[in-house]
Amino acid sequence: MKDMTTDTAIIQVRNLTRDFDVGGKGRGKRVLRAVNDVSFDVAQGETLGVVGESGSGKSTIGRMLVGLLPATSGRIDLFGETITGDGGRRALSRVRHKLQFVFQDPHAAMNPRMRVSDVIAEPIDVRGGWSRKDRMDRVHELLETVGLARQFADRYPHEFSGGQRQRIVIARALALDPSFVVCDEAVAALDVSMQAQVINLLMDLQDKMGLSYLFIAHDLAVVRAVSTRIAVLYAGEIVEIAPKRALYEVPKHPYTKALLEAIPRPEAGVRQPPIRGEVPSLLNRPPGCTLCPRCPRAFDRCRVEAPKLREIEPGRSVACHLYED
Amino acid sequence: MLDVQNLSVDFRVDSGWIRSVSDVSFALPANSTLGIVGESGSGKSVTALSILRLHAARTTRMSGKIMFDGNDLLAMPERRLRDLRGRDIAMIFQDPMHSLNPVLTIGDQIGETLRIHQGLSATEARNRAVELLDMVRIPDAKSRVTEFPHRLSGGMRQRVMIAMAIACRPRLLIADEPTTALDVTVQAQILELLRELRQEIGMSVILISHDLGLVAEFSERVIVMYAGELVEDAPARTVFDTPQHPYSEGLLRAIPSPDEDVSRLYAIPGRIPDPGNRPPGCNFAPRCALAEPACHAAPPPLEAFAPGHFIRCPVRMKTTEPAE
Amino acid sequence: MTDQTAIQSPSTMTTTAPPPMPSRSRVLIRKLWRHRSFRLGAGIVLVIVVLALLAPFITDGSPNKMSLRDRFTPPSAEHPFGTDNFGRDIFTRVLYGARISLWIGFASAMLAAAGGAIVGMASAWFRRLDGIIMRIMDALLAFPAILLAIGINAALGPQVTSVIIALASAYVPRMARIVRAAALVIRELDYVDAARVSGAGATRIIFRHILPNCMAPLLVSVTFVFAYAILAEAALSFLGIGPPPPHPSWGNIIAEGRDYSVEAWWIMLFPGLAISLAALGTNLLGDGLRDVLDPRLKMEQ
Repeated sequence: MKDMTTDTAIIQVRNLTRDFDVGGKGRGKRVLRAVNDVSFDVAQGETLGVVGESGSGKSTIGRMLVGLLPATSGRIDLFGETITGDGGRRALSRVRHKLQFVFQDPHAAMNPRMRVSDVIAEPIDVRGGWSRKDRMDRVHELLETVGLARQFADRYPHEFSGGQRQRIVIARALALDPSFVVCDEAVAALDVSMQAQVINLLMDLQDKMGLSYLFIAHDLAVVRAVSTRIAVLYAGEIVEIAPKRALYEVPKHPYTKALLEAIPRPEAGVRQPPIRGEVPSLLNRPPGCTLCPRCPRAFDRCRVEAPKLREIEPGRSVACHLYED
Repeated sequence: MLDVQNLSVDFRVDSGWIRSVSDVSFALPANSTLGIVGESGSGKSVTALSILRLHAARTTRMSGKIMFDGNDLLAMPERRLRDLRGRDIAMIFQDPMHSLNPVLTIGDQIGETLRIHQGLSATEARNRAVELLDMVRIPDAKSRVTEFPHRLSGGMRQRVMIAMAIACRPRLLIADEPTTALDVTVQAQILELLRELRQEIGMSVILISHDLGLVAEFSERVIVMYAGELVEDAPARTVFDTPQHPYSEGLLRAIPSPDEDVSRLYAIPGRIPDPGNRPPGCNFAPRCALAEPACHAAPPPLEAFAPGHFIRCPVRMKTTEPAE
Repeated sequence: MTDQTAIQSPSTMTTTAPPPMPSRSRVLIRKLWRHRSFRLGAGIVLVIVVLALLAPFITDGSPNKMSLRDRFTPPSAEHPFGTDNFGRDIFTRVLYGARISLWIGFASAMLAAAGGAIVGMASAWFRRLDGIIMRIMDALLAFPAILLAIGINAALGPQVTSVIIALASAYVPRMARIVRAAALVIRELDYVDAARVSGAGATRIIFRHILPNCMAPLLVSVTFVFAYAILAEAALSFLGIGPPPPHPSWGNIIAEGRDYSVEAWWIMLFPGLAISLAALGTNLLGDGLRDVLDPRLKMEQ
């Protein structure tokens, strides 16, 4: 493995793009660009929150980062290995044990015919080379780490509540001591009180094990609770990326503002009228800025020219013509 | 207008009957908003479905009274209830895709309600459908009326559902998690729409949600349910600012705030008891920091903490003075 | 050890064990047992199987023993189902016939299931082959099963094994479709992705995650194919291309009795009844299995 002493970024994503074929053949082939020219880094021990609505491409990015989906173009470096392009598959297999994924729906994330111990030990079994006893000890240790009793090892997934299942899924993700975990809406399916328990667990694990997370969510409050930095996605593009405090206190991009204003705040009394319209169809992207048809501050230039993501203050980048020059 | 008295609902399961909703009472005056909050398994949706008696009759047992304009909906013959449904009381659900028929155009579906309840002709119904789509702010309603549901986004479908629900100008609209499946910005639009329509038509709305913030922002009054019971019933601002029941308090504290940084979230320990396996005393006692021995022994009653503010917590009743 | 306490705190939260639940299989068995038609069907099938197994003890053990003196005896105390043109006891032959007919039904259903699982899984896994495989299956499906069986059987020659192979190949396409449909759904589920993230290869994903979860619909259709196969065996025998004659399969007994259907109706009646009963029993059993196992019809919770 290459030495990474010069940079703390363990994940580097550059110009990542992903297209999906949506029918048609030959010249009539229709392509949906779900992720368009996305670049970001994730540092050791950091949580990058990724927020966006459906169709923003946030899950697609998460899946590409762990090799569940190939990239159409662009480059992903994980721990100094380039998992995209030629030789990407082999590079991926070298870093695979450091990557894990936590799914949104804890009901679908476990094979109903496997015992909890086999679910949790799956990464161990795939990698191989563990004795029976070490394997079982590890399963018990993991159950305790996520706050479940070791007797649960012999049970089946259907016996558990949503919050407990999500703990089991997290235990599985931790089996091989990963360094980087993608959490795709990991708490969205849980009730409020369970959600707080699972978020606290994820944060405790980060403190203890130095994990880095890519935390994908639509709920801005949840993202604020867990993240170090936040990337706001709209229609497959990053429109703003900034440290969380700056982003929430002084949102720059009109879409970031709209998202923050959409959160119900009973204490605020009168609320701003919500942003109009919905995410456009990615099949016919508007020629200029993708937010343009909905943006209250759009002007002529926005309709013809797509804004580029550029750094406007240290650590903060925005893709909006309002912040150019 | 609506007065629910001691409503209990039991469901048949393999091993007998289990109590889903237990002794719930609340009232809703005309032209007002009520929010029902609770986590999954709290009985909030079951309560709402009971108002329209939408549970399968063979596997459900209901007791108590649901008075609507002085008539008990639970005692009403099915035929009279059917007249009421959709005309006086309408309902919208979480998932607008599964509530729309994929082979009918949205115009036909809206028209259907009108033709059933108001005996409109096909053309009249079509025209009225266009008006309704306009009312729910669907742009270009005239051409949209011939679209099929799959051509619309989630937010648009929910607007269509709302158009169907308000077609007969109901006096009560029950909205069961109407925005949960929608994106954040669309959620705000739908709530805004419901708020405006309520003014225009002058109907009452019951909003059911797991999101206390959303409910508190929308409603005048909020009831909090836990494990099938009503645990707190108060004006929305009171529940949001000074909740008294330890569960409401915990629920509120557990929601992460978008406006401040915290290193750790407050989490209510434990989890909601299974309906078949509820504790003998207060349902919340096993998770409650305030619980006293008496709480584990017998179920506490719902008591008036302050005028218009009811809680099911004897500990808070005796230890806390209502704020001025 | 501050981080120690931080990790400890969640563990105190949900260690409360959920009430022990009965295992999945026990729940299924209980549900099946409560299902009326499953109970009836299972009872019928069980009785037939037991009678077939006990045939040597119930009868004199020689289904082919001829007795020219006793030709065409109508049902009586000595010959409850009567005798045929060679004086063979029909009751004995029907019981022994059950062994062959049930074996043919069982073996061809199993073989069809295995073949269907392989073809269906290949089709669902190798998406490039899917088109070709499924078109071939469609072509086979469009061909009447019985005609296909006749063709294969004619090619392989008259033996019990060739009947089994013929019937199995006729039913492979249905099984393949069922497995393919289930596998296509399951391969998109999160737990398959979870296995992929952990680096699991095709073998593990197919045999540990996808196939076991396709078993329910497959098992249901095995019962139906079992019933079809018993009926098809009878049809083949009737056409003279079933198991070769000395074997007393139900179809054979009927086929041999057809020349005497007017004067010795019992020769055809009793094996015919046995066939109907066996088909009815397996169908009822299959209905029950489908109601309990097939997730699309699952209504509980």
